Amino acid sequence: MSRAPSASRRAPSTRRRVVAAGVALVATTSLAAACAQSQREAGGGAGGTLTFGAAGAPDLFDPFYASDGETFRITRQIMEGLVGFKPGSADVEPALAESWEHTPDGKTWTFKLRQGVKFHDDTDFNGDAVCKNFQRMFNQTGAGQNNALSYYWIGSFGGFADGKTPSLYQSCETPDAATAVLHLTRATSKFPDLLALPSFSMQSPTAMDRYQANNVQAQGDSFVYPEYAKAHPTGTGPFKFGSYEESNGTIKLVRNDQYWGTKAKLNELIFRIIPDETVRKQELESGAIDGYDLPNAADLKALRDAGNNVQVRDPFNIMYLGITQKNNPALRNLKVRQALAYAVDRETLVKANLPEGAEVATQFYPNTVDGYAQDVQQYPHDPAKARQLLAEAGASNLTVNFYWPTEVTRPYMPDPQGIYNALAEDLRDAGITVNPVSKPWNGGYIDDVDNARADIFLLGWTGDFNSPDNFIGIFFGTPTNRFYTAASPWGEELAAQLRAADGEPDETKRNQMYQDINRKLLSEYLPAVPLSHSPPAIVTSSKVHGLQPSPLNAEEFASVSVSGQ
Amino acid sequence: MLRYTIRRLAQLALVVVVLSMLLFAWLRMLPGGPVSALLGDRATPEARARLEADLGLDQPIFVQYWRFLARAVTGDFGTSTGVQRGSPALEVFLTRFPATLELSILALLLAVVVGIPLGYLAARKRGSWLDNLSITWSLIGVAVPVFFLAFLLKFVFAIELGVLPASGRQDTGLDATRVTGFYILDGLLTREFDAAWNSFVHLILPAIALSTIPFAVIFRITRAAVLDVMDEDYVRTARAKGLAGMVIRRRHILHNAMLPVVTTIGLQTGALLAGAVLTERVFNIAGIGQAVAIGFQRKDFPVLQVVILASAMVYVLVNLIVDLSYALIDPRLRTR
Repeated sequence: MSRAPSASRRAPSTRRRVVAAGVALVATTSLAAACAQSQREAGGGAGGTLTFGAAGAPDLFDPFYASDGETFRITRQIMEGLVGFKPGSADVEPALAESWEHTPDGKTWTFKLRQGVKFHDDTDFNGDAVCKNFQRMFNQTGAGQNNALSYYWIGSFGGFADGKTPSLYQSCETPDAATAVLHLTRATSKFPDLLALPSFSMQSPTAMDRYQANNVQAQGDSFVYPEYAKAHPTGTGPFKFGSYEESNGTIKLVRNDQYWGTKAKLNELIFRIIPDETVRKQELESGAIDGYDLPNAADLKALRDAGNNVQVRDPFNIMYLGITQKNNPALRNLKVRQALAYAVDRETLVKANLPEGAEVATQFYPNTVDGYAQDVQQYPHDPAKARQLLAEAGASNLTVNFYWPTEVTRPYMPDPQGIYNALAEDLRDAGITVNPVSKPWNGGYIDDVDNARADIFLLGWTGDFNSPDNFIGIFFGTPTNRFYTAASPWGEELAAQLRAADGEPDETKRNQMYQDINRKLLSEYLPAVPLSHSPPAIVTSSKVHGLQPSPLNAEEFASVSVSGQ
Repeated sequence: MLRYTIRRLAQLALVVVVLSMLLFAWLRMLPGGPVSALLGDRATPEARARLEADLGLDQPIFVQYWRFLARAVTGDFGTSTGVQRGSPALEVFLTRFPATLELSILALLLAVVVGIPLGYLAARKRGSWLDNLSITWSLIGVAVPVFFLAFLLKFVFAIELGVLPASGRQDTGLDATRVTGFYILDGLLTREFDAAWNSFVHLILPAIALSTIPFAVIFRITRAAVLDVMDEDYVRTARAKGLAGMVIRRRHILHNAMLPVVTTIGLQTGALLAGAVLTERVFNIAGIGQAVAIGFQRKDFPVLQVVILASAMVYVLVNLIVDLSYALIDPRLRTR
């Protein structure tokens, strides 16, 4: 091969020139490959580097203004909350607060803070920093109050300091540097669990001031973020923010050597943005990344066979067949909604259309969440019973507009079209006429469903933390939302029951109240039909060790190491 | 010549304004919108209404367009809602354009450097094995979808053989200095030659994939044009006069056959930008092609507007350059 370019002393013929060009291309390619290979192997130091494939760009790096999983995946490594989630579970454990207690009325919460903790910019973490964080969140104004930015605050705490909407938050005080006291306006079942949400992570007050963290503005068709959210997120976590290179789609985090707890094993943690699912799989196969999230269910076996670690999480989500009672009067009849429940064959759906480990859902959240009732009404597949109920309701000729989304997969809904086809077939078997309406997820589907334009629809939810309110409170606590339970006399009643249960400070009593609600939800109300809980998977190469999968998709990378580096 | 250039530049401005109107209206007629993308699937109708009001999306479309235009003349094309949320749309474009341009230039170079000589040779050796092989190759190039070829190249060279990188613009561990955003150029400017080489290596597979169609088209046009010219009377006359073969080939055949080829190269520039959408997706290059794909998915109107308008401008400008270069190739045009 190496002889070819210089083989002839005569002027080379055209044919020889073509051959020579080909040889040169092969030589260039081989040399290039050698260089690329050596550069890949050269990365990392003692603790190594892990490169993880992210499905999308993070919206920003200030978790308070974020609500997307890709942002949280990154900020979770940089920042910590007063409480955190136990690895591998949805239950809370101490984090920056070592312990806490609350008054019997559930309105005052005292947190004993971990001592000797510093933010990445050397600012001390103490009671003052805690209160400054909560004051910052509570005092949002203008664009900062928009749901698109302060989604988790509005969803969890309600209003802001301007008093236009009631807020769960009342005030914060710090009797000494090691204590922070939060005063709430009412008791809630979500406390203190919601403090483990990434949005309520503790961030350095000094860095937030320096880089004007609150300076968000509505501009044009979107929001403009301050310098802090783009390049200076500062927390107490095991990794520090390194850099974000947009032109190469990479975010680099580096180990925090001053971390108060067990230090990260990795020197560097790199997230590479790879929007295409197939490309993520190929990247793993080629060794360019060490892992990625939510692999396609159809690829799991091949990934496993190739020697990768495919870890299936405990399911912490729900997929349901939503019912909107606004437009189709027949759906306001309980018997009609029950007919839908009897018509769908959930066992077959789970076996045929959902990934391994998926379970049939009998209520609106998994059995690991508090207040789960064992004795709810069951709806086994029974098309004859469905027909009978429809006849009794005078709705034998029931026609429904069945909405299903395209251009999307969700952890609870990996294949919307396949799921729609299976369910539509079941409904037709029960004598129901189905008009399919399919729209792109961001191309009208969510708009239509949220504005209650569907009759029935496919949707679901992944829980944020272990709280019934985070599932059924969000679904049915607002009678005028996508389910439009306000069209039935019990819509307001159900919302009131949910509020009462959420506000009950006694845990035992509260769980009983939620169990009662769950029983009624399935037997008396049935505002939707629970379908399934699907376990999302996460995949890493065989070189990666120590990754603990989280049911909340909230993996921490501090415990991870990469062999061979 | 000057008047011609000015007239064409005026046309360019008109094209951009009309296109901006059509694009603005069309994007907003699509179902869904940035509100869903910004709020996600957990939004209440009240939150939607509030966001629409905050962003002025509840205003009539001509009011929104007027505001867009008023801002655009100051260089503010809006803020990205999805591709790079919170960043100015123009910045998103400028950050990503070098990647696409770098890829497109390399692909076009490949197409031209291989396509023109091969087209010329195929014409001269009409009916030979070289001619037949080249025609078959170009046919396959046009018939095989770009993304399929891209996946195939990637599978063979990156995954199975492991001799070339599977995706991206540069290895993540390199930490190279950025100057212009053109990674190869940056490496050369900062004398970080390993980084420049690394970026070049990353471009090999995507450039080959992207060059396939332009190559096929340029090859076929060259071959056809050369065949046409070879049969012209003046070539026969030149031969009869006993001119040297080299002179005939260079001055009479190649020179005159270049006019349609240059036009084709201009037109292919537009095709390259379109092809980049798929190539960038397969090779995960954060260029404007990828921005368009994500932009449509997440209804990022500001980014789509900037990218599509700018691409149109590039397309029109390239064709203007092509038209002007006619004059250089064909002296008859200079006198008109």
